[in-house]
Amino acid sequence: MLGYLIRRLFYAVLAVWAVSIISFFIINLPPGDYVTSYIAQLAIQGNIIGAEEAESLREYYGLDQPSYVQYLKWMNQIRQGNLGFSFEFGLPVNDVIGERLVLTMILAAATIVFIWIVAIPIGILSAVRQYSIWDHTFTFFGFVGLAVPDFMLALIMMYFSFVLFDFSVGGLFSPEYVTASWSLGRGFDLAQHMIIPIIILGTAGTASLIRITRANLLDELRKPYVATARAKGLSEWRLILKYPVRMALNPAISMTAYILPFLVSGSIVVSVVLGLPTVGPILLKALVAQDMFLAGGIILLIGWMTVVGTFLSDLLLVWADPRVKFEGR
Amino acid sequence: MQSPEPETVVTDEDTGTRPLLSVEDLQTYFFTDEGTIKAVDGASFDVYSGRTLGIVGESGCGKSITAKSILQIIDNPGRIVGGQVKLSSNGDASKNLLEMEPNGEEIRSIRGGEISMIFQEPMTSFSPIHTFGNQIIEAIRLHSPLDKEEAHGLAVDWLRRVGIPSPEQRMSEYPYQFSGGQRQRAMIAMALCTEPRILIADEPTTALDVTTQAQILDILQTLQKQNDMSIIFITHDLGVIAEVADVVAVMYLGKVVEIGPVESIFSSPKHPYTKALLSSMPTIDAAPRERMPSITGAIPHPQNRPSGCSFHPRCPSYMSDICGLREPDLVSIGTDQQASCFLYGRN
Ligand SMILES: Nc1ncnc2c1ncn2[C@@H]1O[C@H](COP(=O)(O)OP(=O)(O)OP(=O)(O)O)[C@@H](O)[C@H]1O
Ligand SMILES: [Mg+2]
Repeated sequence: MLGYLIRRLFYAVLAVWAVSIISFFIINLPPGDYVTSYIAQLAIQGNIIGAEEAESLREYYGLDQPSYVQYLKWMNQIRQGNLGFSFEFGLPVNDVIGERLVLTMILAAATIVFIWIVAIPIGILSAVRQYSIWDHTFTFFGFVGLAVPDFMLALIMMYFSFVLFDFSVGGLFSPEYVTASWSLGRGFDLAQHMIIPIIILGTAGTASLIRITRANLLDELRKPYVATARAKGLSEWRLILKYPVRMALNPAISMTAYILPFLVSGSIVVSVVLGLPTVGPILLKALVAQDMFLAGGIILLIGWMTVVGTFLSDLLLVWADPRVKFEGR
Repeated sequence: MQSPEPETVVTDEDTGTRPLLSVEDLQTYFFTDEGTIKAVDGASFDVYSGRTLGIVGESGCGKSITAKSILQIIDNPGRIVGGQVKLSSNGDASKNLLEMEPNGEEIRSIRGGEISMIFQEPMTSFSPIHTFGNQIIEAIRLHSPLDKEEAHGLAVDWLRRVGIPSPEQRMSEYPYQFSGGQRQRAMIAMALCTEPRILIADEPTTALDVTTQAQILDILQTLQKQNDMSIIFITHDLGVIAEVADVVAVMYLGKVVEIGPVESIFSSPKHPYTKALLSSMPTIDAAPRERMPSITGAIPHPQNRPSGCSFHPRCPSYMSDICGLREPDLVSIGTDQQASCFLYGRN
């Protein structure tokens, strides 16, 4: 058991390290660098920069060194908790990401909770009452939820919340709280503003978790141990919740870890549309501008959180299914 | 639910008592998209106190569905569409289990209480993620007022009775930590710890090796004597039937086609299907365990059951003027043997 956890932890550390290398080199993959795109940007504004000036800029940013040296320097900074410097913003990456990362995580965590709370009961109901009117209704909405693109949903919801409730969706805070420091009022304001983004971001995940739960539970309901429990005289709901539902939750637990990166990358377009101050739009900007430490920093953090999430869901699985301990030795 | 009406007491010549459980004309159909499957279509038999009824038949003839119908634990899309399952209670009254509300409290007190069931697959018949102790204590507490600790003690006791070593420790283990034979012993303990009057054993030894199989049968027979319990023993294996059964019911396509005392069935089978089954049984000790050797022709799919006597396309004694046209009823042949075949009368 302990050995299993230590091994998982070792893999997790290995994975974070791999993520750092891959993110760094992938960002360096496109031809050119930040200076190239900076020059191009200036050229659009009519300012032409000479080759010499470009070279001195490269030197200034350390871009003239071989990429492995750049990587090692970057790693060395990260060891001290410094993600590097953002060319585009002219600020340390830490300052650029700062609160946005916290908000992204809060939003992601809330979305995952939303997905679970909505999808699991519906999945259970759909399986236990297979082919009932409920099952058909939820199946229909599930497919709609999967098929409608997030940004479209965002636009539709913005429209209706404005027209019907006179509530302007956009951002995660009311104007008076945007720059305020944390307080109860600010937290409450955030919660209010998160409702619509959560629904939009969570719809696809909810739809697919309903399908997963339903399919798994239908499988489990046919297993002999269910017949055994029935033959004991247990009442139907008690036995369903105690046995097959517990079994059907395992895939849902593993799925949760993978929702996180999906939420962050999937939220870029939605965040742009809704004007959410999350890391998604910044990542997009950084990639376009080849602002490599900013992009690398964001990808690294997301990768790191995914690894942590996976590790946590592994722990959760060990708790939920004792066989994992046994087989995972 | 139903008014318990006193009934005319049917006596069995052999025991002089009325049956404990009486299944009459049971019909269980599966309503699938492809059509209706008549898994059980008019099965009838009686079970007497302290005796063992063996049910044999080829794979798919409806043995398991018959057993599950008694407890009303049929999976969707199956439904019991007709018949009666009468359980005699103390005194003269008897209750028709099929009239009870499905999943209601009354039938649930019978499930695992008065009638317990054990299944073929010891591997998958326990929840893999709950300890064995959790599952057996649950069974005990559903049918008794014992508290957790008392139930724990009783469970340990029963594990010891079925021959599981260091039972105290095994209570906190998971089913995957048990071997196949131990799991089936544990299953027996869980079924019997509520002291049921009837045990339904659905191929309890089919998945086990010969030695383990013999031990399990031994345990069942010992506990049956100690508790004066009836057993419905379902199997493919005529060798096992010969060993454990007092009365044998032979099933074919959802019907009991022959029923009688075990000696009569083996020494003078009446139905051509029973004869065919017996002649396909190996004579040496090597009993078939997995699947029964097949008889000429394939078993028809239960969805397109042949008209008339459903065995007629495979029957060596087929009579063209009647067998394909009319369905034979069970008729008495001799004192206590019954078979449904036109060879023994055309009424
Ligand atoms: N869930 C189901 N849906 C549809 N048909 C079913 C279902 N369960 C059983 N049946 C049908 O009922 C018939 C009887 O099945 P049953 O399990 O009682 O056979 P059996 O005699 O126990 O066979 P075996 O010896 O293989 O266990 C089978 O032909 C099968 O096709
Ligand atoms: Mg069966």
